[in-house]
Amino acid sequence: MNLDLTPEEQAFREEVRAFVREKLPAHIRHKVMNGLHLEKADHVLWLRTLHEKGWSAASWPREFGGPGWSPVEQYVFEEECAAGGAPRLIPFGLKMVAPVIMAFGNRAQQERYLPKIRSGEEWWCQGYSEPGAGSDLASLKCRAENRGDHYVVNGQKTWNTLGQHADWIFCLVRTDTEAKPQRGISFLLIDMKSPGITVRPIITLDGAHEVNEIWFEDVKVPVENRVGEENQGWTYAKFLLGHERTNIAGIGIAKRELARLKRVAAAERKDGRPLIDDPLFAARVAQAEIDLMALEITNLRVLSAEKEKRAPGPEASILKIKGTEIQQAISELLLQAVGPYALPFRREAMAAGWQGEPVGPDYAAPLGAWYLNLRKLSIFGGSNEIQKNIISQMILGL
Amino acid sequence: MDFALTEEQRQLEDTVRRFVGRDYGFEHRRAIQKTAEGWSRETWAQLADLGALAVNVPEEQGGLGYGPVETMLVMQAFGAGLLLEPYLASAVIATTLLRETGAADELLPALASGEKIAVLAHFEPHSRWDEAAVAATAHRYGDGWVIRGRKGVVPHGGAADLLIVSARTGGEAGPVGLFAVPRETPGLALAGYPTLDGHRAAELQLPGIYVPDTARLGGEACALPAVGRALDAGLAALCAEAVGVLEALLAATAEYLKTRKQFGQPIGRFQALQHRMADMLLHVEQARSMAMLAALRCADPDEAARRKALSAAKVTVGQACRFVGQQAVQLHGGMGMTDELNVSHWFKRLTAIELSFGDTDTHLQRFAALSAR
Repeated sequence: MNLDLTPEEQAFREEVRAFVREKLPAHIRHKVMNGLHLEKADHVLWLRTLHEKGWSAASWPREFGGPGWSPVEQYVFEEECAAGGAPRLIPFGLKMVAPVIMAFGNRAQQERYLPKIRSGEEWWCQGYSEPGAGSDLASLKCRAENRGDHYVVNGQKTWNTLGQHADWIFCLVRTDTEAKPQRGISFLLIDMKSPGITVRPIITLDGAHEVNEIWFEDVKVPVENRVGEENQGWTYAKFLLGHERTNIAGIGIAKRELARLKRVAAAERKDGRPLIDDPLFAARVAQAEIDLMALEITNLRVLSAEKEKRAPGPEASILKIKGTEIQQAISELLLQAVGPYALPFRREAMAAGWQGEPVGPDYAAPLGAWYLNLRKLSIFGGSNEIQKNIISQMILGL
Repeated sequence: MDFALTEEQRQLEDTVRRFVGRDYGFEHRRAIQKTAEGWSRETWAQLADLGALAVNVPEEQGGLGYGPVETMLVMQAFGAGLLLEPYLASAVIATTLLRETGAADELLPALASGEKIAVLAHFEPHSRWDEAAVAATAHRYGDGWVIRGRKGVVPHGGAADLLIVSARTGGEAGPVGLFAVPRETPGLALAGYPTLDGHRAAELQLPGIYVPDTARLGGEACALPAVGRALDAGLAALCAEAVGVLEALLAATAEYLKTRKQFGQPIGRFQALQHRMADMLLHVEQARSMAMLAALRCADPDEAARRKALSAAKVTVGQACRFVGQQAVQLHGGMGMTDELNVSHWFKRLTAIELSFGDTDTHLQRFAALSAR
């Protein structure tokens, strides 16, 4: 038993670190390190930078233009990107629809869609949840009628992340209303420019526009945009959810945020001393760090086991629960660290380059929105309650 | 021992609750929040008509002469309605401070009638809830004083006609004096901004402003004890407000669990969620008990006993704020994250309450220090 990376993996880590240091534009790094608002252009620029190096599709096999990295190499890559201040790659294309197209799509679909996902030329979003179908996704109602050479889609999707930027959406739609819920679902790829699609913003508690409702009214979708078999979409959806949870632990992001917490706590003063020297606060930071250390090793254990399997099994639920809890705990401590200056809340101060008069220390401005926004972590991607159901049923056999 | 309310107290509670239910609905509040000032003078006038502004003012100064229990009842109702107006700052803290300094005769009637709003500007950018960390200074100048310094995150500073500013009168280590500084004083710079919960606060700069000697409140003695008692009254009221928010959020979440269906049944049938709701209720009831303790002890002349009770209350209430707030959002799922539902607004107010007047850890440490003796 040995926790160390192999010399090759260690060399790979150095290579990624150097690349991020050299190629990540400073203005993007600044935004990520300080929790400021990222534009679409920031995400696209970083993805294109990685693409030029052949690293944009870290989790893809070589045959589809990925680097063919092992799970450990993928982990090292994501950790170094996060630590270096790179934006998280938007997962909907790269990590969600792409694996489904690789596994269940036909050759034409693979050739049409995958290269543009890899290059960042096309932005994808997800059409899964509906107002009446959240945790109980299989009860979805968005209807697609087969009219021979095309489907006609009617219905509503919600909690769609960043769909306002998207060129394409992958959707779970009901193609058979008679069958059992899981049996009548199909997986469609829909051009966001199709007539009949309306995107309506949902403003969240932090004042951000990150999620949308999407309405479909008699939207025509060619049948060749269906992935796999009609009415087999649930199988693909479950496959996708397995991939969504790869690297759900967010170790790299948590490490970066922990480092930010320590910086802030060193700059803040309490009773004339740095806050980080306050025994109670120091203990709170220590607890978060210890939880993160344990999760990092748990994550590596899962990655090792993954070498033999294609997608992570129910143990991904452990990573999702603990990973999101740790990120949320760090965001709480960040807010606590700045004392009374946790309260001032100005959306405009969260844009990079804002020239207004700062209230309190610079680093305090985005922390309130960050804390509020991260409440989503325990809700999305299968709520933590659903993850506990999976653990109870799939691991414990209860 | 008696937890029952008097007939008069029950009537007061009914009055403020009816006001919130009838005149301070969620959409109305949202409209107020979006205005430039972020609070409503019309609401303020209504509060004056109801007598709410006079609750904490003695009868001799035109008030109702009530005490902390009545303030608790009012604040609970305002918590449920998420009132944006500077009630806590002016009608609780400033009135207590004016009473404590004995400088009340002129100003208190104006506060009770709603004619004027006064706000305590005590904490400074680096004081982090340390009440004694006052660096602002006031020097004699002719017949008056010149005040220099900065005050940070002054709650509802922008709404104030009068800022009650603390400053050291005998140099950097001298006694702390209080000065009633009119908003329009030349040189005074006030930069207002919204806070996380949709309330307003301000940074105050005093680059050597002049006030006449009559602005000084409470004579030569150090004013820190009076400031402490005013903040304690404010803390007790804040705990009561939290209970109002907690109750409302608990009820809204229970209702959501009864109506939201997944897997063919209301999600409230799932035992995991039932137990979560039960834990939330335990927090709310413990917080309610401690808000009562805070109300009953916040005017205790024994400072150690008073502060121990108040810190204990803030810890219990702060923990309830965090748990109930976060879990209410969680149990509402994505809906809990939206701006359009009042759940997120209650959650944000609870977050701000937890972080105001000293966060949970600050009071945990303060209690530990008092309890060890």
